[in-house]
Amino acid sequence: MSEPRLLLTASPHVLGPDSTPRIMWTVVATLVPIIATSVFFFGPSALLILLAAGGGAVLTERFVGRKGSLNDGSAAITGILLGLTLPPGMPLWMAFLGGFFGIAFGKLIFGGLGQNPFNPALLGRAFLQAAFPVAITTWPTTDGAWSALRGDNFALPLMSPHSVDGTTGATPLGLFKFENTNTGFGDLLFGNTSGSVGETFGLLILLCGMFLAWKNYLNWRIPASIFAAVVLFSGTLYLVDASTYPSPWFMLFSGGLMLGAIYMATDMVTSPTTNLGCWIFGAGIGILVVVIRVWGGLPEGVMYSILFMNAFVPFLNRSTRPRVFGQQPKVKKAKEAEAKS
Amino acid sequence: MFGKDFFRNGVHPPEAKDLTADVPIRRVPFPSQIVLPLRQHIGAPSVPLVKKGDRVERGDKIAKAGGFVSVAIHASASGTVRDIERRPHPDGSYSPAIVIDVEAHSAQMPRPRIIPRWEGLSVAELLQAIQDGGLVGMGGAAFPTHVKLSPPADQKIDMVLLNGCECEPYLTTDHRTMVEYPERVHVGTRIMMKVLGISKAVIGIERNKPDAIKIMRDSVPADLDIEILPLTVKYPQGAEKMLIKAVLDREVPEGGLPMNVGVVVMNVASVAAIAEIFETGMPLIERILTVTGSGIKKPRNLIVPIGMKLRDVLNACGGLTDDASKIVMGGPMMGPAQGNLDTPILKGTSGVVVLNEAEAHPQATYPCIKCGHCLDACPVFLDPQHLGSLGLHRNYMEMYDKNHLSTCMLCGCCSYVCPSHIPLSHLFGVAKATLRSEGVKV
Repeated sequence: MSEPRLLLTASPHVLGPDSTPRIMWTVVATLVPIIATSVFFFGPSALLILLAAGGGAVLTERFVGRKGSLNDGSAAITGILLGLTLPPGMPLWMAFLGGFFGIAFGKLIFGGLGQNPFNPALLGRAFLQAAFPVAITTWPTTDGAWSALRGDNFALPLMSPHSVDGTTGATPLGLFKFENTNTGFGDLLFGNTSGSVGETFGLLILLCGMFLAWKNYLNWRIPASIFAAVVLFSGTLYLVDASTYPSPWFMLFSGGLMLGAIYMATDMVTSPTTNLGCWIFGAGIGILVVVIRVWGGLPEGVMYSILFMNAFVPFLNRSTRPRVFGQQPKVKKAKEAEAKS
Repeated sequence: MFGKDFFRNGVHPPEAKDLTADVPIRRVPFPSQIVLPLRQHIGAPSVPLVKKGDRVERGDKIAKAGGFVSVAIHASASGTVRDIERRPHPDGSYSPAIVIDVEAHSAQMPRPRIIPRWEGLSVAELLQAIQDGGLVGMGGAAFPTHVKLSPPADQKIDMVLLNGCECEPYLTTDHRTMVEYPERVHVGTRIMMKVLGISKAVIGIERNKPDAIKIMRDSVPADLDIEILPLTVKYPQGAEKMLIKAVLDREVPEGGLPMNVGVVVMNVASVAAIAEIFETGMPLIERILTVTGSGIKKPRNLIVPIGMKLRDVLNACGGLTDDASKIVMGGPMMGPAQGNLDTPILKGTSGVVVLNEAEAHPQATYPCIKCGHCLDACPVFLDPQHLGSLGLHRNYMEMYDKNHLSTCMLCGCCSYVCPSHIPLSHLFGVAKATLRSEGVKV
């Protein structure tokens, strides 16, 4: 037998089937049906916004990030998720700028994948919200010709967009908050409302989330505790005064809650690593969402709730570590030491 | 009925045991040279009793125990002592070993010896016989058997737990032992019970070995109080602490030993070896070994003399395939990869697994994405993600002080699930070795 060429590596010598790119690209794949329905509702504008935001994120990662880091798929997720949270009629250059900002200042500045404390897509959106408050709150309706643009997508940078041709209207949350009008539950469930590109079809997002949870690509405890907190908190308010406060089901399926709970809050990098931490993290988001929606100045608060709770993640990780196998409670230890002395 | 058959976390690697699960154990011809490292067990190395040029016979004691936590070593074939020199050791080092040039006609059948009847021996005599027989745990850790069987007087033992889990993928050593030598396991159990002065034993066997469960059940003598307990197939079911948790629902305290909760755990092959001393009069000079994997032409279960070189073992199984690319001693989850075919099989080597190029191909690593899968996999509830980042920064003291590094048993579950393929358990192993070299007891 001739001497074979032998590989020397550390054990274990068998590895699980998952890999980071596989997780990331699977998440991208589950976003495809959501993208398809958003194009169905909002026409070519939706696709243009996604391409602009995605392009901004991916190009930034390509030219500013580490070599080859595009392959892990995380920049693509950031870009698509950012696009899904923007109004379809927004000027494209703003979406592109949001993608750039999210990746450059939300992720790369901290050291790239895995190092960022805040969800980069939401950070990009927060930047746009601060920089272009009007453009990001101008919502087209789902009516009108499918192929028509839903706003002045092609406005030039730094020029004020032309008045839009398409009809605009408030989102269900805006309607409720400022005009005290309710939206039908069926429309909410199936996304037939105005809103951001990809946030409206709540039921589909929920199904995609269940698939990811089954694959263990997201921690189901986060959306579960967000939903539970929202339903319990807003449900209590609804029971107290049904005429002032919205129903918990409306809360669940309106605005960006579904998209935020399934795709943003569960971002592995910016959510807790411990299961107990995930429960607390989700509960915090749920409570904040209800507080902002009901008493805050804005109709929607999912983005700020998640970003706010992101800041708590290192603390949650440290303080919710499980008890190590065989570890004795501190009191018992002290007593034993006493008995010995 | 015992326990909840449950311990938290763990992983489910592909079992891959069907390659050798039904292959009967066979003897192999002796190789021309045997290498017996003096360090084959946990504790002090053995002290040689022979010198260059001495003639030794199969079964002769050639090294004595180097202390209480140490055992004797015996010649596994007849021949001449070539030298006592440094030879490759499975841990990657070159370690002092007694090298024996085997005679062409060395008989596998030993010459007749006087075999003491264990029933007539006192506990002290039994323990002495076990230490002199060179017995160590044969599941991998190689902890001297007589030390396990001599708990301090203030530790009350009420249970012997036999480990027939064999949770490492590929290996079928314990499986075949239970199928082909069930009586030896039972006799060994009796001897252990006598030594420990107890009357109750449980054998935990993973459910993927239904034939072993059946044969062990059918062969229990009527007067032996021993329960065969089928267990969930999950890695690391065979880790002492996990097994005790699953079978007895007792939790070994951190830094403690099974005896702290009244249990002695022993691998079934080690128990069978105890019986063998009093059955054939032969000390531990040979062992059952699974040689398997896609990189070997004829996967088999063998009885090999201790000290047989990897090269000879592979040749006995048809040799390597053309695409063989990694050789692991022990199971693939914890066993070290081998780079030298002159490395000998030790008392604690439970298998040789040869992986082909596709299986052994190193995976690209990515930055940690903090998915938390390692926390969900760790059977002792550590935070491997945090430990790993400390390890990458060589912050070993903080790993030990504040993050329970000593509780880690290097089972490899965290590395197995890590989607970024960060070598977590390797980092922990390095941290432990570095701390030990600095005199820290981890």
